Amino acid sequence: MSLLELDGLKVHFPIRKGILFDRVVGHVYAVDGVSLKVEAGQTYGLVGESGCGKTTLGRAVLRLTGITSGEVVFDGTDLAGLDDEAMRRFRRRLQMVFQDPLGSLNPRQNIESILAEGMAAHGIGADREERREKIKEILARVGLPADALNRYPHEFSGGQRQRIGIARALVLEPDVIICDEPVSALDVSIQAQVINLLEELQESLGLTYLVIAHDLAVVRHISDVIGVMYLGSLVEEAPSDALYAAPRHPYTKALMSAVPVPDPDLEDRRERILLHGDLPSPANPPAGCRFHTRCPWVQDTLCATDRPELTDTGDGHRVACHWTAGIEAGTLVRTRATGIEAVTETAAVAEEPEAADAGPAPDLVSGPEPPAPVPGVPAPAAEADPKLPVPGVLGGAPAPGPAGAPGAPPPAGPGEAAEGGHGRTTGGAGQPAADRG
Amino acid sequence: MTAGTNRTQAGKESDAGDGSKERGESQGSKGSQGAKGSQGSGGAAGTAGTAGAVATGRAAKIDRLAELTRRTGATVGNSLWKEAFRRLRSNRMAVIGAVVIALFVVVAVVGPWVTPYSPTAQTWRGEVLANQGKFVGARGENWFGLDHLGRDMFSRMLVGARQTLLVGVVSMLIGLLLGALIGTLSGAAVTLGGRAGRRIDTVVMRVIDILLSLPSLLLAVSIAAVMGQSLTTVMIAVGVVQIPVFARLLRGSMLAQGGADYVLAAKALGIRRKRIVLTQILPNSLSPVIVQATLSLATAIIEAAALSYLGLGNPDPAVPEWGVMLSQAQRFFDNAPMMAVYPAVGIIITALGFTLLGEAMREALDPKLRG
Repeated sequence: MSLLELDGLKVHFPIRKGILFDRVVGHVYAVDGVSLKVEAGQTYGLVGESGCGKTTLGRAVLRLTGITSGEVVFDGTDLAGLDDEAMRRFRRRLQMVFQDPLGSLNPRQNIESILAEGMAAHGIGADREERREKIKEILARVGLPADALNRYPHEFSGGQRQRIGIARALVLEPDVIICDEPVSALDVSIQAQVINLLEELQESLGLTYLVIAHDLAVVRHISDVIGVMYLGSLVEEAPSDALYAAPRHPYTKALMSAVPVPDPDLEDRRERILLHGDLPSPANPPAGCRFHTRCPWVQDTLCATDRPELTDTGDGHRVACHWTAGIEAGTLVRTRATGIEAVTETAAVAEEPEAADAGPAPDLVSGPEPPAPVPGVPAPAAEADPKLPVPGVLGGAPAPGPAGAPGAPPPAGPGEAAEGGHGRTTGGAGQPAADRG
Repeated sequence: MTAGTNRTQAGKESDAGDGSKERGESQGSKGSQGAKGSQGSGGAAGTAGTAGAVATGRAAKIDRLAELTRRTGATVGNSLWKEAFRRLRSNRMAVIGAVVIALFVVVAVVGPWVTPYSPTAQTWRGEVLANQGKFVGARGENWFGLDHLGRDMFSRMLVGARQTLLVGVVSMLIGLLLGALIGTLSGAAVTLGGRAGRRIDTVVMRVIDILLSLPSLLLAVSIAAVMGQSLTTVMIAVGVVQIPVFARLLRGSMLAQGGADYVLAAKALGIRRKRIVLTQILPNSLSPVIVQATLSLATAIIEAAALSYLGLGNPDPAVPEWGVMLSQAQRFFDNAPMMAVYPAVGIIITALGFTLLGEAMREALDPKLRG
């Protein structure tokens, strides 16, 4: 039995209109069916780009936002079903550390008052004196001076404020602490201190963390298990090392490939998967797999129609993709170009067959309107081999004509290649241009 | 030329001076002398004077820095209220406003006991013949002259101050208390009350909107017309007009604070809703209301004067009030303009005092200026 279990958690925010009477005109699907387990004493890291619903998920666990459906089972109790007062009492055991350390502290209360507020609400400590002793103990524990007691939040530095935020959670002796971007508002040098403090506290107090962050390095450092969110749902979940060593979901692959490598040589040569287009609106998410509009490996079956479930692919590595096996085995090829691929000369040669493979798939390849020479957007440089049609255009768009229609400006391939020097640009910016057309 | 040289020497001496207390004094005197010296003598003496000024300027800067360090060292443990007060104290406009208000309050409190003459006794009636256009202006025994019935204007002004202050404060309090109550309820309902709370808020706010859309003076006149002519009527009328202003202001401020992270944090801590409103949201929403209260004291005094001027004020001639006095003076404005000027200036200065303080408080309480 895990300490914290989410089962099909959904948080939909209604979009209201109307002056006197609310009329619901739609929903924002902020969290749309997330199931995960957090084991006691572990750290579960939740990553994803901004707007993917990770913060909402954290808040929903504490019921700081309403839960549309699903269960949040904490230590055997479904929090979603509790009434307000019962939930209030449960909050002692589930605490939260916020992203903005200054904003999350009441500017008009001094530190003692801030820390004592929660204790009073839960009847911890008989009187003021007893509470003060306890607060002093916790302050020492998080590395704050004892004279912090009667100072105010604006009189501390950023790192100290976050320590106060952590202390505020700790005075209630919680079991689980949800850290919502605990360090992203801090200087890099301070980030390490706070992260280490969190780890230290976990060790000495046996805390369980749910860490929400977008900084992949931070999450990797602190987490035992990592879940990757995209547009309101989990796309992949795996033990930390396994996920970083071999991401399996296309989105995770793209996410990981965005992390720069310190070695400049390697950095130049490694493959980077650039996703095209924007994150779709969570008010109108794509049908089927949420990621299929941007996935480099999108297929013409299943992806646009069926929503993939998180399935175990071995060793607790759960992936929500119909084609995991094929992508892993290399039998599936990319159907959509993925932006700049910096590859060596030899690698470019080695990749030729792949492009050739991608080419003939007829229903995926719709000859687009020759992309208008939009300033600022690199010309599509569609292919290294001009005989091949342009890969990587949404199958949904009806083909208005073959690639290289008469009157179209010739693809700027050679220029791009010359610019790249050692590399080759595939598809690339042709994608957004085609989407616009 | 000799004078210039002497001065330069004096400057040097003061630079070499050992006592820091002395330095401050010599600095002050040297400042003015140095300017004259460089004008009069020019040449070498002028240059020396400039050098001296630079040296003392630097010393002053160091002193200033030391002073600043001492001050910042002492600010640890200061709440935002304290810091706002410190900023307010260092604002000249605020000090002027506060002094004006203090004077006004002192006059209002002790005025009736120190009047040289009775404000109602028509002691010099025989000297004033209003129907013949004969008035008595300021003179030795009557500092502000006499009014159309031969009463001492100065005594009437002193006594009238109390009425004016009373009207201003009471009507402001009516508006503030009722407005703040409605605003708090509405703000609390919408931030923590969920769906039902938002409904309540919508209804309350539409009613407030209706109140707000009525021209304030017209509303006051109507209330006064319904309730009859008395000082209480004026206070209620002016106060009611202020209710929607305070209600909207506080609600908006609470709404803004309600979405803040620390309110969410308080919820996450498990603090009860009532306590969240009272200890978290409300204290952080009060700044604009305090400012508005000060400013509306000024408008309340002016509006009360306007109502009195329109003849809706206190009909009792035994109780002089600045607005009533102004209203009475208008009939004799051609012959005795000063009769109108005294109460008018009184009202203007008082309102100005409150406005100055209010504006300075707005600056002092502005979180954007928080250092």
